[in-house]
Amino acid sequence: MSGPRAQAGSIRRVSGPIVEAVGMASAQAYEVVRVGPQALIGEVIKLAGDVATIQVYEYTGGLRPGDGVQRTGAALSLVLAPGLLGSIFDGIQRPLSMLAEQTGAFLKPGVVADALDVARKWRFVPRVRPDQELRAGEAFGVVQETRAIEHRLLVPPGVEGKVSTVEPEGEYAITDVLCVMDGEAGPAELTMIQRWPVRRPRPFRRRRASTQVLVTGQRVIDTFFPIARGGTAAVPGDFGTGKTILQHQFAKWSDADVVVYVGCGERGNEMTDILRSFPELEDPHTGRSLMERTVLIANTSNMPVAAREVSIYTGITIAEYYRDMGYAVALMADSTSRWAEALREASSRLEEMPAEEGFPAYLAARLAQFYERAGLVETLGGDEGSITVVGAVSPPGGDFSEPVTQHTTRFVRCFWALDPDLAHARHYPAISWLDSYSEYVGDVADWWARFNPDWSAQREEMMNLLAEEDRLQQIVRLVGPDVLPDAQRLVLLVADMFKTGFLQQDAGDEVDTYCAPRKQELLLKGFVDFLRGTRRIIAQGAPIARVRQLPIIQDLLRARSVIPNDDEEALDGLLGRLADQLDELAREYS
Amino acid sequence: MIQDSPVQYVGVDRVEEPLIFVSGVHGVGYDETVEVLDPQGNARPGTVLEVNGQTAVVQVLGGTIGLSNTGTRVRFHGRPLSVCVSEDMLGRAFDGLGRPIDGGPAPFGGELRDVNGVPINPAARTYPSEFIQTGISIIDGSNSLIRGQKLPIFSGSGMPHDRLAAQIVRQATLPGQEASFAVILAGMGIKNDEVEFFRHSFESAGVLGKVALFLSLADAPSVERVQTPRTALTLAEYLAVDKDMHVLVILTDMTNYCDALREISSARDEIPARKGYPGHLYSDLAAIYERAGRIEGSEGSITLMPILTMPSDDISHPVPDLTGYITEGEIVCDRSLFRQGIYPPVSALLSLSRLMKDGVGAGATREDHMDISNQLYAAYSRVDSVRGLASVIGEEELSPMDRQVLEFGDAFEKQYVNQGEDENRSVEQTLDIAWRVAGILPRSELARLSDELLDRYYRRESERERPDAEGNE
Ligand SMILES: Nc1ncnc2c1ncn2[C@@H]1O[C@H](COP(=O)(O)OP(=O)(O)OP(=O)(O)O)[C@@H](O)[C@H]1O
Ligand SMILES: [Mg+2]
Repeated sequence: MSGPRAQAGSIRRVSGPIVEAVGMASAQAYEVVRVGPQALIGEVIKLAGDVATIQVYEYTGGLRPGDGVQRTGAALSLVLAPGLLGSIFDGIQRPLSMLAEQTGAFLKPGVVADALDVARKWRFVPRVRPDQELRAGEAFGVVQETRAIEHRLLVPPGVEGKVSTVEPEGEYAITDVLCVMDGEAGPAELTMIQRWPVRRPRPFRRRRASTQVLVTGQRVIDTFFPIARGGTAAVPGDFGTGKTILQHQFAKWSDADVVVYVGCGERGNEMTDILRSFPELEDPHTGRSLMERTVLIANTSNMPVAAREVSIYTGITIAEYYRDMGYAVALMADSTSRWAEALREASSRLEEMPAEEGFPAYLAARLAQFYERAGLVETLGGDEGSITVVGAVSPPGGDFSEPVTQHTTRFVRCFWALDPDLAHARHYPAISWLDSYSEYVGDVADWWARFNPDWSAQREEMMNLLAEEDRLQQIVRLVGPDVLPDAQRLVLLVADMFKTGFLQQDAGDEVDTYCAPRKQELLLKGFVDFLRGTRRIIAQGAPIARVRQLPIIQDLLRARSVIPNDDEEALDGLLGRLADQLDELAREYS
Repeated sequence: MIQDSPVQYVGVDRVEEPLIFVSGVHGVGYDETVEVLDPQGNARPGTVLEVNGQTAVVQVLGGTIGLSNTGTRVRFHGRPLSVCVSEDMLGRAFDGLGRPIDGGPAPFGGELRDVNGVPINPAARTYPSEFIQTGISIIDGSNSLIRGQKLPIFSGSGMPHDRLAAQIVRQATLPGQEASFAVILAGMGIKNDEVEFFRHSFESAGVLGKVALFLSLADAPSVERVQTPRTALTLAEYLAVDKDMHVLVILTDMTNYCDALREISSARDEIPARKGYPGHLYSDLAAIYERAGRIEGSEGSITLMPILTMPSDDISHPVPDLTGYITEGEIVCDRSLFRQGIYPPVSALLSLSRLMKDGVGAGATREDHMDISNQLYAAYSRVDSVRGLASVIGEEELSPMDRQVLEFGDAFEKQYVNQGEDENRSVEQTLDIAWRVAGILPRSELARLSDELLDRYYRRESERERPDAEGNE
């Protein structure tokens, strides 16, 4: 954020985080400026004549007309280099852990700190020799950033040419020049750092279709509403229905290489929760500490609202940076509604014409641009990288017809609708099986078929069962279940079992919190076998009461938290006992 | 509150409750504190909401009644609105700006603090995890309060939220430890008889000496309400962070607070979001609620219980809605339980404590706590639909299983939720009642509980002859 200090403007108006300054004729849109005696960080968001409208990322109390505004000549940019993983930043990439150590528990305005530790030495291993031709996106060296992630040092977009010198393997700081390239535009000195403006998507070669599931370890998602690597999903839900827990579950258990978690206008304690728990938790896919693959962006609800607006872009830019190294990145944004509200607050202070519910007319366009930065791509370096984006949506009053939910549904392909009735009954995750959808089901069917060729049919069978149960419940509410024939009461029974034993998943249960695909598939098979078998038996004339007495029911219901992921023997045993008990009962009535 | 040489201006351009527009000003900063002198020379505090060139928009915290364009003088102080805080404020009563209203002198000494506070760095928080026993089953057993949590009470007009809050204040302890909470009560638009109720209740419990009251009474200018919770929390932060005390803060009634904010917003011609409330209401409430918690390096804590009345009992109204989106759960009062005479009339299904899972269980309360709580929820969530069915086909027509569900529902409400206003149940008592109520249901219906817990705690309630649900359908 340094750069040429151009001439200063002067403040004319201050209203909350919005400042107007005169004498800014030569400023550029989205240029970073330093405002007032404390040099608060701000960004030019509008220019008219010599008046610049500035959004300030810190508390503006005390700013007065006549105070100076310094230009920096640069757009709001991030410092991208080793050291991002395991860190927590605010919306404009200030390092929060470092600030806590240096300035105490409260965030005072005007403090500046390097985003990344410039003193720390990293072991650099060159991957090129002098005279080698290099293009943008190719690696000139690597650094083992954490035990889990190798940080590939890429030639930045726009740079290409011949390597003239490269440093030997050794310990270097992120600011050291490691490689000099000779290109058409003259020599380029490469360090470990790339600076990138947050609002500009990083380039790639082309998009690719995705057919691979991003495993989340959450049964109702992976089995019923799966998301593909590079896909987009929204989690809308009223307060307390489980959006944050679900996002935390993805951040913990999904099989992404790198996770970027953006706490955008939400609670401070939720970020603290991640900070205290992730270092202790083990990534089930690599066995490493989860924190080693995680970057946290925290602009909580009480932090300056303008920086909340940027935090989303900060997060996605970091995600793109790791995508470009060829990694599968997952980005969680909790909550996009708070981001939209930050837009609304700025827009209202700018006295723009509002569209729906006070939101600016460009809300939809901004949402589209954000989700557009997800995807599975061929990187500039020719690798495959992806960003999967999951955005929480917090509709006022739980009403999904409000603008943010409505616009978001147009730009995402997975919709995990949280149902307050389920949440109130402590059915978690409270994902409604009737209102949710995934447009990736077809794309990933082959992936699942590798585990279980019958997967699509079984999945559909259970979905149909749930739909039928919903219809039957309407009758039951009027006349009670006793008038239904046994075949229909069986539907009620199995649907109920399936909700308890499969759809519900307790994030707080040590075993149940993550369910490996193999276990998901075997459990699904268990319920399907039970349904098919008991249907036959009922058709043969057995009363429903006999079915209810099958001891296997209790085992099926508890398997999710009793049988560990890797205990395939126990799962096979369960299926075996299930088959035996069904056979036995069937024999009685044949 | 007065600085050495504030800049003074005579006359204002426009008076529009609760704002005044002052022109020709120089060197006035955004959000700085102001003293507005009415023609009689009486001072009212205010803050600068906007500066535009030589015009300042000032919000007058004492209200604008009696101010005139010519006779009003305005002094700008060059610093944010502040309050002088000290331990001596416990046992005293103040207005919303921290001025004594109990006839006593201003507390001696103390420290001047910006009432707006400064956001806590999330990397410097300590995750709250210590169970507070309130002695109230539906809270302790099912929606536990944790030290450092922000847990509001959503209520409706006429319901006993004040009594519930007072009972919590009287009974709150950490199990096995001496109670040691300092209490700060901020009343926004609070009525005199409510104040008397709280004062009397604290006095009879012998805790009045540890209570500081910040009262913006119903007849005080509404704009003072906007500062009241901030003033109160500034003292709370001082006591918790600097003095390592555990502070319980009660804010009542947040609906009045939000209405005052709406008034100011509409006077400024801001574009409203829902129901006329400003678009920044969420951020504004968050700036208040997020001051609760614990931070590293300090022993103290701020536990926050805002109380709000839901207009027309509507939980989707912006005030409860936005509050629920910020706080760590909510205790929701229910009109129909209230009508049945159940105290506290807390709706189990709508209530939630998000921090509960980290504060209960073996070592903290009891190993079965979380599981029995989840099980009661799962079972109780069926009660409504069975009651609905019973009203259609008649109770006699219900299946034996459904009849047990009904019986369970009644016991849950009458034995577990319902208790005396002075009844202080230990958490073990609460959990024992929970198991007794669960015992109305057959063991096979309790799928949320492990065999191990069932073996240890489950006793079938069998005073009455009950047909076997599985066999006789
Ligand atoms: N999968 C789960 N397992 C166990 N408990 C859960 C699960 N999901 C949600 N919960 C419970 O629900 C509570 C609320 O969940 P969460 O904080 O995720 O809600 P939210 O939708 O993010 O709400 P808000 O919009 O207010 O932030 C949690 O504190 C937890 O008690
Ligand atoms: Mg949340």
